[in-house]
Amino acid sequence: MSEVNVAPQESLQQTCLYSAHVALQAKMSPFAGFMMPIQYNGITQEHLAVRQKVGMFDVSHMGEIFVKGPEAEAFINHIFTNEIRGFEPGKVLYGMMCYPNGGTVDDLLVYREYLANHFLLVVNAANIAKDFAWIQEQAQGFDCKLDNASDRIGQIAVQGPEAEKTIIEVLGYKEAADLAFYTFCDVEYNGERLILSRTGYTGEDGFELYTTPENIVEIWDKLLKAGVQPCGLGCRDTLRFEAGLPLYGDELSPEISPVMAGLGMFCKYDKDFIGKEALLDQKAGNLARKLVGIEIEDKAIPRAGYPVETPEGEEVGVVTTGYHSISLDKSICFALVDKAYAALDTPLCIRIRKKVFPGKVVKKRFYQTNYKK
Amino acid sequence: MSKILEGLKYSESHEWVKVEGNIAVIGVSDFAQAEMGDITYVDMPDVDDAVEAGEEFGALESVKASSELISPVSGTVVEVNEALEDAPEMVNEDAYGAWIIKVEMADASELDALMDAAAYKAQIGE
Repeated sequence: MSEVNVAPQESLQQTCLYSAHVALQAKMSPFAGFMMPIQYNGITQEHLAVRQKVGMFDVSHMGEIFVKGPEAEAFINHIFTNEIRGFEPGKVLYGMMCYPNGGTVDDLLVYREYLANHFLLVVNAANIAKDFAWIQEQAQGFDCKLDNASDRIGQIAVQGPEAEKTIIEVLGYKEAADLAFYTFCDVEYNGERLILSRTGYTGEDGFELYTTPENIVEIWDKLLKAGVQPCGLGCRDTLRFEAGLPLYGDELSPEISPVMAGLGMFCKYDKDFIGKEALLDQKAGNLARKLVGIEIEDKAIPRAGYPVETPEGEEVGVVTTGYHSISLDKSICFALVDKAYAALDTPLCIRIRKKVFPGKVVKKRFYQTNYKK
Repeated sequence: MSKILEGLKYSESHEWVKVEGNIAVIGVSDFAQAEMGDITYVDMPDVDDAVEAGEEFGALESVKASSELISPVSGTVVEVNEALEDAPEMVNEDAYGAWIIKVEMADASELDALMDAAAYKAQIGE
């Protein structure tokens, strides 16, 4: 046997919960420049805990950038594909930042804070430095201040059908019951600010908590003692994949635009933003490839990088993420394919090592999500 | 600490071989199954396929990763463990019971390049 996917060694950061992971004997691995827990008890067990009860993730590696000032709204709307005008304090909006050619800088959440002209951008860990440099460069000429607070804020995601009950009973935040999906409120922990956000990356109901690293360590411990299953990045990926959610680096990149990734609903064209012209052009049909879902009729697992072929054997695409889905017991993947083969039910095959497995194009949202409306 | 059976031969890539006359019964070690985690699929060759020492003959898949299976000997596949198609978890449960393929060896002297239990134990640091 030989490991196929070996992560490169680099100088690695640790989150505030690193010692907690080591104490739990988590399997650790480098991810996005951080030493992160991949699994504690097994990916399947952790995945099912989130689908059926509740699980928690250390997502302190994510980046937090505050933007404030009289022109903060105009500035964010200039770099963000979604429309933040008319979007109220306490709401969270998903979208992307694009390059002028439509390629994706990152996908992110924008929080409109309760203080006027204050926003929080939550970006991917691997992209913090790149994003902050990009944002600083674009902010020239806008009256706003930028603060990369990534090192001062830790984050825990509590996800699953029992997430609300857990937040209320273990942490005492009754406010949780009143939050709809993609809204947040400010509460306190040890007298310090904690952002309680009803968001997540699993396809289930859940919360993301942002506060100081010291508070995060205490909160993790409380949740653990209350019996909440710690969950690693292994099941974070299987969960987000089943829910049809993209991962930057796999389904979005400088080469993969939001339109190619099928995320056009998060791009609003009745305003100006960087990359708009290129995305409009792609939307009109000028794009080479599109992201699709493919289901194959076998238990073999399509992995990132495996070729996608027509039944006649012509290579027309590549797998970006694939699993034997834990919730659905099917082998499914996301793949970037020539747009001529992107229609639902198109027969396509995946070459897995020496064999070719027939399948067809299916909807990318493999799993019915359970968000609180 | 993982289980290592006396009387088997082991490869550096964690396959074990049990010699039965001119037939090599091949599986993966307990150490290898533990490293992989929950195995969800075993990709196996077909009967009559040729395999070559040091070359890939299939793969183990866990949720997260896939690992190639490397044949410790050259020869012809005479039997594959079809039970693993429906129950790949047998590799996790009993790595030495869950054989993967049986190979009629072309050159039994290739076995000399493999490790015995003590040498394998030293390799995996146990």
